Formats: sequence, C-alpha cells, structure tokens
Amino acid sequence: MRDFAETSGVRVEALPPAGMVTLRGDLSDPRLGDALNAVGLALPDRRRIAAGSAGSTVWMSPDELLVVCGEGEDRGLAARLSEALAGVHHLAAAVGDARVRFAIDGKGARIALAKIAPADMAAFEIGEVRRTRVAQVAAAFWMTGPDAFELVCFRSVADYAGKLLASAAGNVEGIALP
Amino acid sequence: MLLIECPYCGVKAEETELAAGGEAHLTRHGPDSAEEAFAAYLFDRLNPKGVHFERWRHVNGCGKWFHCARDTATLEVFGTYSAQTSAPPQTILDAIRARRPDWKPANAPAE
Repeated sequence: MRDFAETSGVRVEALPPAGMVTLRGDLSDPRLGDALNAVGLALPDRRRIAAGSAGSTVWMSPDELLVVCGEGEDRGLAARLSEALAGVHHLAAAVGDARVRFAIDGKGARIALAKIAPADMAAFEIGEVRRTRVAQVAAAFWMTGPDAFELVCFRSVADYAGKLLASAAGNVEGIALP
Repeated sequence: MLLIECPYCGVKAEETELAAGGEAHLTRHGPDSAEEAFAAYLFDRLNPKGVHFERWRHVNGCGKWFHCARDTATLEVFGTYSAQTSAPPQTILDAIRARRPDWKPANAPAE
C-alpha cells in the first residue's frame, strides 16, 4: 500500500493489513456476548467500539459486528467464535483480506471527514462509530483519540478512498464545524 | 435536505445515505389473485401531497429497512418505526395528529 501524503496538518496514512471478522447474529442474545467474552472480545454498545484482549469489536448494525484483530489471526478467531456459538444462529467470517484501513489524524481531521461523509462530525465522540459513505463508497470510521480517526473500507476501492481522504485533508484551515 | 432518523442506528441520516423504497403498508397480491387486485398492488399508489408513509433503507449504514412517516410537501418527518409491522404504530399516528390535527389517514391504514 502506498502512503498518502500529509497535507495541511491532517495526516492520512494507509494502515498495515489487519485481520477482520464479520460476526452476524442477534446482538441482544446474551449467548452472543458470552461467546465474545470467551474468545477475549467485548460486546460494544450501539454505534461504539469495544476493546478486548483479542481485538476490537465495532458495532455495525443490530445484528452485525466487525472484529479487528491482528493480521492473519482472523481465520482462527472466526473458527473460535463459531465454536463458542455452536447452536446459536450466527455467521462468523474472516473478511480481513477484503478490507483496508486508513488513519486520519491531525487538528482538521473532523473537518476532513465532514467534507466527504454525511455525518455530524461536530458532535462525534471518542469511541463512537459511524457506518456511512465517503463520497461514493461505503465506509465505516471511528474516533480513536482527540482528532484521530480510523476508517475501514473495501480493498477494491482502497485507491479511491486513499486519494479522496488525501484530497479532503487539504485546505482544512479556517473551516469551522457548526 | 431530508434528515431521517434510522430507528436501528439512532443517527439522523441524510438522504444520500438512504435509499427510498416507495409507499409503505401495501398488501401484496400475487399472481394467483384477481387481475384488478394484482394490477392495483403493482401500480396504484397514493402519491399524496402531505402526510405519507414510506419505506426507506439505511443503505450506506446498517442496511436495515424501516418505515418513515413524513410530509411530502414540507419534508417534515413525524417519526420512523420498525419495518416489521403492517400498520403505523399509535405513537406515530399521535405525532402526526399533534402536528396535523385535521389529517385523516388515506386508505385508512388500520388503527
């Protein structure tokens, strides 16, 4: 992956590959939370990310989570989740190969994302997750720290997303969020 | 700009994050039904100027379908509710009546 250049104080960087697992199932079922805990993961609240010893769990919808773990660990983790969820209707699939991650940080990071996503960036909080679109492609991002975001999108649109983020990261001075 | 709250994500999603799914609470008439009923199911729509019930999908988000009650003329949204229902819930009807006291349900979605 190429690195996307630093522009006007907002740094956009393609992050190294990570393992990812899509877990679908009824998140309100306590057995699902127990299974997550059993493999070292935590159940996040709605639109939140939860950290665990085996990886971070990102809320995607009332019946979908995205687990971000170490590179190459997703297949094993998906198998352990399926084992822990035996008898419970679910799907655990390793999807790390199909996704890429970007880090967006710097003082204007909120503004850079507000330019390309129809999300309320002024009220965005640390640990909050937003599954939305960036310009023309689907993406999800969450806030990892003050003025720092991580974004995940499909690998097939990685080049578009990287160039888009680099472009959005330019000219953020003097723009204020409402 | 139309802002509709997704009942699953709880975000006020902007129109471009959603996909419109047309009129809500239609009763399906399949190929075995009478021709008039099948044609009405396929083609007859209320298309009101005013209060309307619609299906929407949070396509660039959680991907879920839901229902929305809104005013097609003013774009005022009265509320959103689960897709797993065949009639608007009382809370939505109350919200509409609070804003439009003389509103009468067209086709009277069962109350």
